[in-house]
Amino acid sequence: MLTGIKRIVRAGFVGFWRNAYVSLASVFVITVALFVIGSTMFIDQLLTTSLKTLQQKVDINVYFVPSASQDDIDSIRNAVSALPDVATVTYTSREEALEKYRQRNQDDEIAMQALAELDDNPLGANIAISAKETSQYESIARFLEEKRELALQQSPVIDEINYARNKESIDTLTKIIGAVEQASLVTMLVLIVAAVLITFNTIRLAIYTAREEISIMRLVGASNMFIRGPFMLQGIMYGLVAGVFSLLIFYPIMVWLGPLTESFFEFNLFTYFVSNFSYIFGVLIGIGVVLGLVSSILAVARYLRV
Amino acid sequence: MIYFDNVSKLYNDGRSAALQEVTFQVAPKEFVSIVGHSGAGKTTLLKMIIAEDKPSHGQVFFESLDVHQIPRTKLPHYRRKIGTVFQDFKLLPNKTAYENIAFAMEANGRTDEEIHENVPQALALVDLDDKAWNFPHELSGGEKQRVAIARAIVNQPDIIVADEPTGNLDPIATYEVVQILRKINDLGTTVIMTTHNKGVIDELGRRVITMDEGRIVRDDETGKYVL
Repeated sequence: MLTGIKRIVRAGFVGFWRNAYVSLASVFVITVALFVIGSTMFIDQLLTTSLKTLQQKVDINVYFVPSASQDDIDSIRNAVSALPDVATVTYTSREEALEKYRQRNQDDEIAMQALAELDDNPLGANIAISAKETSQYESIARFLEEKRELALQQSPVIDEINYARNKESIDTLTKIIGAVEQASLVTMLVLIVAAVLITFNTIRLAIYTAREEISIMRLVGASNMFIRGPFMLQGIMYGLVAGVFSLLIFYPIMVWLGPLTESFFEFNLFTYFVSNFSYIFGVLIGIGVVLGLVSSILAVARYLRV
Repeated sequence: MIYFDNVSKLYNDGRSAALQEVTFQVAPKEFVSIVGHSGAGKTTLLKMIIAEDKPSHGQVFFESLDVHQIPRTKLPHYRRKIGTVFQDFKLLPNKTAYENIAFAMEANGRTDEEIHENVPQALALVDLDDKAWNFPHELSGGEKQRVAIARAIVNQPDIIVADEPTGNLDPIATYEVVQILRKINDLGTTVIMTTHNKGVIDELGRRVITMDEGRIVRDDETGKYVL
């Protein structure tokens, strides 16, 4: 058993080396396949992260009337926070709002004078709400509208909800996100299927050149596993080498793309590549090994049939 | 040792037959030559013995074993009892002469010590000690066939099956190959060989089976090449 494994391993290495051209061709094809798969991984990551940043910029602002009591404000704030769809609620008190207004209009003398004329703070408190998904803003806005209607019967609390104004841009963004995600999914699937099929075919051709040898091995009385073993090992080696090759290709590309994506998507691809290196390494090499191994097994199986 | 019981092989069209009602047996330590025109069924007959082809009717026995009832997973074990030699040598092109012979032993699960001992012996028997590390494309036709014979005998099989072993060789190489086969037979291994070569048959003076259109038409104990 042990000598059998030893012999299979040795035959695998010798076969890899003596059929250098065939091995090189297989390694290159798997490298291309891994490059396609890796690229789709990175593009997907880029899209998801940049969309998330975009989504975080969208929010609903609720402006309270200046005369609203702190109790009423707090009760609405807590009610909104308790909603399952809400990610964060940022509260700005009347004083803070005034401070912000002052800072914003430092150089505007008329505005500052007008403010000085008033003996009371004219600004109300407000809260900024961001949802977990852009599609959830609609329901949050409806919830707030109900609160506002309810309060109107006694004394008004909410002055304005700016959802209607944001609605259009939120809707467009939601649609774009959906479309981009679907399109990239379809493209990735097509590319990956093509890459896998090309790999299968190349390895099948590589083993086709060895079909005569396989029949000779059978005639000499070699068991199927003894024939298949070296080819399986070669398939694994193709995958390993191709995985390393694809990482070597990705590295300079990431170095180059890092600053570009940083300025455009606010997401540095190079930082992602470095900080997730072991994950990317594992996925690419793993896929390469599985691709090489499975195509070898399938290709040899054809010639092992009597 | 080998027993053919009324074996026929029909092709798919149902009319042409490669073998028709062939019955004969081969005793241990015999040297049997099978002669006949091309298409007479010689190669089909040998393929039946190594279980590469199945008969349409009848049975083939190796000792008490029905060859075509052997399950596919057990076939490698069965084939290790038979050494095969072919007209086109069938050497592994990416292995040296030594490795080709060693491969048959490795496939057989022999130990490294046995391989180190037996491969040089087999090479010496076919007089190729000095070509051990040459690849097949560096050898002449006669040398390739001698490597193939060394590979066939290295596992000490009970029987050697040789399909036109001299078909591609010049007269001198033919003479050498036949001498080696005769030597192997003298050492106690059964040999079944097909051939076209009249000189080989006449010189051997052993049993000759003559085939024509899938049938055995003559079976002579010390035959001559008659067609």
